[in-house]
Amino acid sequence: MNNISAASREFREMDELSAQDSPIHRLHPLVKLLVTLAYIVCVVSFPKYQLSGLAVMVLYPVLVFQLSGIPVRTCFHKLRIVLPLVCAVGLLNPFFDRAPLLYVGGLAVSGGVVSMVTLMLKGVFSLMASFLLIATTSIDALCAALRKLHVPALLVTLLLLTYRYISVMIGEVAVMTDAYRLRAPGQKGIHISVWGSFLGQLLLRSMDRAEELYQSMQLRGFRGEFYYADQPPCTAGAVAYGVVCAALFVLARLYDLPQLLGNLFV
Amino acid sequence: MHMADALLAPAVAATMYAATGVAAGVSIKTLRKDENTQKLPTMAVASALVFAGQMINYTIPGTGSSGHLCGGMLLTGLLGPQAGFLSMIVILAIQALFFADGGLLALGANCWNMAFYGCFVGYYLIWKPVMHSKLFGKSGARTAGRLKIALSSILGCVLTLQLGALSVVLETSISGITELPFGAFVAVMQPIHLAIGLVEGLITSAVLIFVYETRPELIMDADTSGDAVRSKCSLKTTLVILAVVVAVVGGGLSLVASGNPDGLEWSMFGNAESGYSENMGLDEENYGVSSTAADTAASIQEKTAFLPDYAFANSDSAAGTTVSGLVGSAIVAALAAAICFAGGFFRKKHKKAAAKA
Repeated sequence: MNNISAASREFREMDELSAQDSPIHRLHPLVKLLVTLAYIVCVVSFPKYQLSGLAVMVLYPVLVFQLSGIPVRTCFHKLRIVLPLVCAVGLLNPFFDRAPLLYVGGLAVSGGVVSMVTLMLKGVFSLMASFLLIATTSIDALCAALRKLHVPALLVTLLLLTYRYISVMIGEVAVMTDAYRLRAPGQKGIHISVWGSFLGQLLLRSMDRAEELYQSMQLRGFRGEFYYADQPPCTAGAVAYGVVCAALFVLARLYDLPQLLGNLFV
Repeated sequence: MHMADALLAPAVAATMYAATGVAAGVSIKTLRKDENTQKLPTMAVASALVFAGQMINYTIPGTGSSGHLCGGMLLTGLLGPQAGFLSMIVILAIQALFFADGGLLALGANCWNMAFYGCFVGYYLIWKPVMHSKLFGKSGARTAGRLKIALSSILGCVLTLQLGALSVVLETSISGITELPFGAFVAVMQPIHLAIGLVEGLITSAVLIFVYETRPELIMDADTSGDAVRSKCSLKTTLVILAVVVAVVGGGLSLVASGNPDGLEWSMFGNAESGYSENMGLDEENYGVSSTAADTAASIQEKTAFLPDYAFANSDSAAGTTVSGLVGSAIVAALAAAICFAGGFFRKKHKKAAAKA
């Protein structure tokens, strides 16, 4: 199997995850979206040396993983390519920032090391949060939430249509590349003589079909916007969840909670 | 060139979101004015195609490496700047959501770096002037059209990728996230993206020329008058000539970029071993951004940050805070483990109850 069919399988896996049922899945999508954004903003805004304060933010993804029943393994498997790259961003910090910042059992830890670990954690936390959002929310629900936020209908419908077309298109491209590879053995990619026609053919073919499809949609009463029915209701509980989460994030951001907690014991 | 969330300060991310939002708003308004939703299916298909097309590897003759498609210029050439911009936003959003390619918070910045330059700057500065110019007028309408498409897509890709790469460096530096000196960062990012831009431009022009050959009315600003005759210069010849030029200009560089599909990640990651060692001792101030814009942004950031400049290093009781911080973090870890156990326990119970029922 080539990497293109792997990509289409990943789409399907995400769809399956978001079709499961759990308290988190049942939450109103707008609440989930806003909580996720609040979490990422809080995590990213931590100062670069405040490692202990950042540590408490791990509780949100842990809690959501447990409540939604989504395996942590799946998350890390999905993010296996992106995670190392996110972690690599801070790799140079220890070289540039070498002033000792703290001592752990007589071992000096430089500021660069602390800021590197902080940066890595920030990256991992925000990735996990967006993964959890998309793993517990279907694309329809997400688009409905975006409409509630008054994102223009044109953009939201485009997002939905593109998402639908992508799986079809990826499948088509996968078949085409497989066929090409079988006829051109020992060749690494697409030869220069067919650079244009390879994708161009597909483009022309799909554009004609898309226009026909769209005309038939219009004949059935489509006027440029989908109507998102049967979304979970925005209950008082969902609002309370959102407010409590956001308040806790801000609290954790303002006060170094682990530090305060440690002070009680030391 | 996708940036992750951790690379940006919230203030910078919000600014970029605002900028992208304004551009998207203007685009939507313009689109509504002329033909409303008629373009929607074409836009959706084109963006889905760009998404899928970016996974195809194109062999670059003579180097043994491969290139990818440049989405921004392709969409601009097919749909025009406004529709192309919106399609790019959608592609980037799906990449961020489903492939974690670029963060949710950084989406605004990513749209600006890749979509805005590719669509608006690429169209108004390069595509439109070149397509309406009288360049290559002597070689017949068809060939002229073909060469103009090739020229504008290659120029466009190079320029827009350069601007995008520069923006990535600026945004990261203003955010003050990495310790990477500004000058060194620019010196790495720009040449890599020059090579990438050349190759992407070539592939993009190949696709656009093919569309132009078969359905010229689909290309923006193309000369669709019927007297365009078939000429001697075939698509393949045009491409081979262009390929030779590109190979000469960017040959060495494309070798560097080929194994690493993304230049941003390469420049941050690949240089840990080499290249930076001589810069290590330099004063950071000399390399930092010191423009007034950066200063303003920094002061805004300081005001909007929840806790400006947390002085960890200079606190008097550094040792004390370290210990309590460690103890506190350990308690947090224990708490997290407890939640995991509780979750597992309740799920098991739930399963047992379900099995009994």
